[in-house]
Amino acid sequence: MSTTTTTDARDSRAKAPAGERVADWADGRLGIYSLAKANMRKIFPDHWSFMLGEVALYSFIIIILTGVYLTLFFHPSMNEVEYHGPYVPLQGQLMSEAFNSTMYISFEVRGGLLIRQIHHWAALIFLAAMFVHMMRVFFTGAFRKPREVNWVFGFLLFVLGMFTGFTGYSLPDDLLSGTGVRFMEGAVLSVPIVGTYLSFFLFGGEFPGGDFVARFYSVHILLLPGIMLGLLVAHLILVLYHKHTQFAGPGKTNNNVVGMPLLPVYMAKAGGFFFLVFGVIAIISAIATINPIWSIGPYRPDQVSTGAQPDWYMGFSEGLIRVMPGWEINFWGHTLVLGVFIPLIIFPLVLVAIAVYPFIESWVTGDKREHHILDRPRNAPTRTAFGVAWITWYMVLLIGGGNDLWATHFHLSINAITWFVRIAFFVAPVIAFIITKRICLGLQRRDHDKVLHGRETGIIKRLPHGEFIEVHEPLSQEQLHTLTAHEQYKPAEIGPAVDENGVARKITRREKLRAKLSKGYYGEDSQIAKPTVEEYKEITSGHGHH
Amino acid sequence: MSSQEIPEENLPAEQGDAHGAVKVADEKNPFADPGLPPHEHRIQDIDERAAKRSERTVALLFTVSMLATIAFIAAYVAIPVDKAIYVWPIGHISALNFALGMTLGLALFCIGAGAVHWARTLMSDVEVADERHPIETSPEVRAQVHADFRAGAAESVIGRRKLIRNTMLGALAMVPLAGVVLLRDLGPLPGTSLRHTTWAKGKKLVNMNTMEPLRPSDVAVGSLTFAMPDGLDEHQHDFQKNIAKDALMIVRIQPDDIKDKRELEWSHEGIVAFSKICTHVGCPISLYEQQTHHVLCPCHQSTFDLADGGRVIFGPAGHALPQLRITVGEDGYLEAVSDFAEPVGPAFWERG
Repeated sequence: MSTTTTTDARDSRAKAPAGERVADWADGRLGIYSLAKANMRKIFPDHWSFMLGEVALYSFIIIILTGVYLTLFFHPSMNEVEYHGPYVPLQGQLMSEAFNSTMYISFEVRGGLLIRQIHHWAALIFLAAMFVHMMRVFFTGAFRKPREVNWVFGFLLFVLGMFTGFTGYSLPDDLLSGTGVRFMEGAVLSVPIVGTYLSFFLFGGEFPGGDFVARFYSVHILLLPGIMLGLLVAHLILVLYHKHTQFAGPGKTNNNVVGMPLLPVYMAKAGGFFFLVFGVIAIISAIATINPIWSIGPYRPDQVSTGAQPDWYMGFSEGLIRVMPGWEINFWGHTLVLGVFIPLIIFPLVLVAIAVYPFIESWVTGDKREHHILDRPRNAPTRTAFGVAWITWYMVLLIGGGNDLWATHFHLSINAITWFVRIAFFVAPVIAFIITKRICLGLQRRDHDKVLHGRETGIIKRLPHGEFIEVHEPLSQEQLHTLTAHEQYKPAEIGPAVDENGVARKITRREKLRAKLSKGYYGEDSQIAKPTVEEYKEITSGHGHH
Repeated sequence: MSSQEIPEENLPAEQGDAHGAVKVADEKNPFADPGLPPHEHRIQDIDERAAKRSERTVALLFTVSMLATIAFIAAYVAIPVDKAIYVWPIGHISALNFALGMTLGLALFCIGAGAVHWARTLMSDVEVADERHPIETSPEVRAQVHADFRAGAAESVIGRRKLIRNTMLGALAMVPLAGVVLLRDLGPLPGTSLRHTTWAKGKKLVNMNTMEPLRPSDVAVGSLTFAMPDGLDEHQHDFQKNIAKDALMIVRIQPDDIKDKRELEWSHEGIVAFSKICTHVGCPISLYEQQTHHVLCPCHQSTFDLADGGRVIFGPAGHALPQLRITVGEDGYLEAVSDFAEPVGPAFWERG
């Protein structure tokens, strides 16, 4: 302790006047002190799950830094050139300038391969971190008022991140990514009425044409990241403005935020964490090759390799397209390509299903208060079950997207896997929902017993008359409070059928639906009533009577 | 929002307003919030030697980072870009990539580890509570804003001068059309281009591996040959566009095994030519099972029966593979009788 204080004192003696003068100058022009007053010592609560969003933020920064470096060498052109670089197997082959310059980055620019691999690894981690962060927010109910808008911002970042990733890995114009672009073209062609027009406008004519790399390039490095940067800043401003949520616990209420200040603790922890994430991604990129375009080769529309897979975040859309039956309806000289168009429609719907959930829940509860205390997932069984059902759905599609790899790695029939996915697409989420809800209720019961009967100590005591009992240790008040702090809603009733004047009122279908949903959420079968003070007193006053 | 709001009493009670202040344990309510627990000192808070140790650890980490950066620069200068080394268990990898990545990773990681260790062991870890304030503004402010807005709107006379309002909305709605129109030249109109390929009467079938025209004797039973039309050349600027539609699969099937009558008619001595482009979303089909005459698209596993008119037997493809009618020309080479009778590749609205 004393060391730090003396160092601080020395530092401030040496630097403070100059630093202060600069800060004062800036304050006179920008009024930064009111901002600093609100934020410099802002309190952030501590929990491991709060760092998932940070991983996403830092990998985004890493992607921008490495991406700018890559633009210095990459040529977004589809002009065909002959390869004359140092990689012998491809020498003399025709390839686009895009592929050629990616080869140049990988083999001739010192450190170019490292930056390329950091860029690609960081992109995979960025999407994964956003996904897990989104699940953290979902399962703890952190999306509730006042944070719904920020949930939507985060969701948009995830979706835009997917497309930035797709346009990015398509740029090298290699055989694998070109196959992905071809898949996209096929999907666009399936759109009724305007499909061929969309495809011709996108590719500047027939696939593959000579334009899509340049077009994807401006979308990948300018349009999408620009929008994402704006959303990201808004996302962070809202995090600061709303102040972070926290889990229930002693001293933590809905009206405060308990933790440590931004300056110095989170400056050091979060700032340091950026370097940890960057360091780990750099080491991964040193030892694990990603997207070795030299062994994949340049794109040709008549060639393909087996085991072609998109990057993981696109895998669920791949699953949709792989397991859908090939329905085609021909009528009056036209074709409705349902086998491709339906997956194209379900693709955004899978994502929207999770995005709209907060609004459905808030409609069912009718709760308009602010919520800053996080739920433990078990205490919101229906929400948790919905979330797990959604993840199950997503994972089933991911399995479908890799059905060939599952077949070859686990020696299964590809037909059987495809049929499994077709059925599980409808059934697995339902099963997951039911099981999760039961697990949540079981955990609620356990909390209930723990509060009333105390902690199982594992100590077996033999009573004078020979009976063995396990000694239960009563919980501290901190623990009792933490386990009983959650809110429990009562199911909403349909209001009286007559209004205050005795006039019959029409009960809308909306109201009936809401009452039904509310019962499903908060009825007897959907939550375990938390122990009351009376119950607790009754049990604890009669000590010894187990 | 809804026809009937849920009454307040249906919502659970608000949690206590402890504001983080330590409350005396409530005798009546054992579940009440006891307030923030007292701060527990870390060893560094009470033992100066432990604090010194932490300081040295942090400084060591920062020093390692500096050394790693120097090593990064040294590696950049010293290691040739084309040198490969064997690293267990990864295998042969680029020496420069490995060295640069490891040193950069170490340099960054040590800064992070140092900062986090510093924060965790030496910076104050006293938890404090900050009050929250409702996000919603007070009713007075809200009323004021509504009144201001109404005053502003009234002063603009937009509500009274309907002609101005309507023409303005019309102008604003129309002006983006300019931007939409500008997108027209993104590409040509499709026309019938998706219906045609380079194939035409008399076009020879060229083996893609040897680039030699195919004779019937070149196609053995059980083999799969890829072919393209004579005259197509990699160096042509529209080669990619053409090969995306022209690519062929040639197989020879015993004529007795061909189940489809038209297929037999369009073949030559059991040699059949099918489009290589999958009718699902356009991947090139490349896996052939000679016993069953099935071909499989490796992208989405659509499976077609080449002995039965290219019929789909499994997977997401919606229609059979188009067959190219072939014959043998006067010079003894395989050639096309005409273009494909139907569009190749994925289905589209105008396909019919």
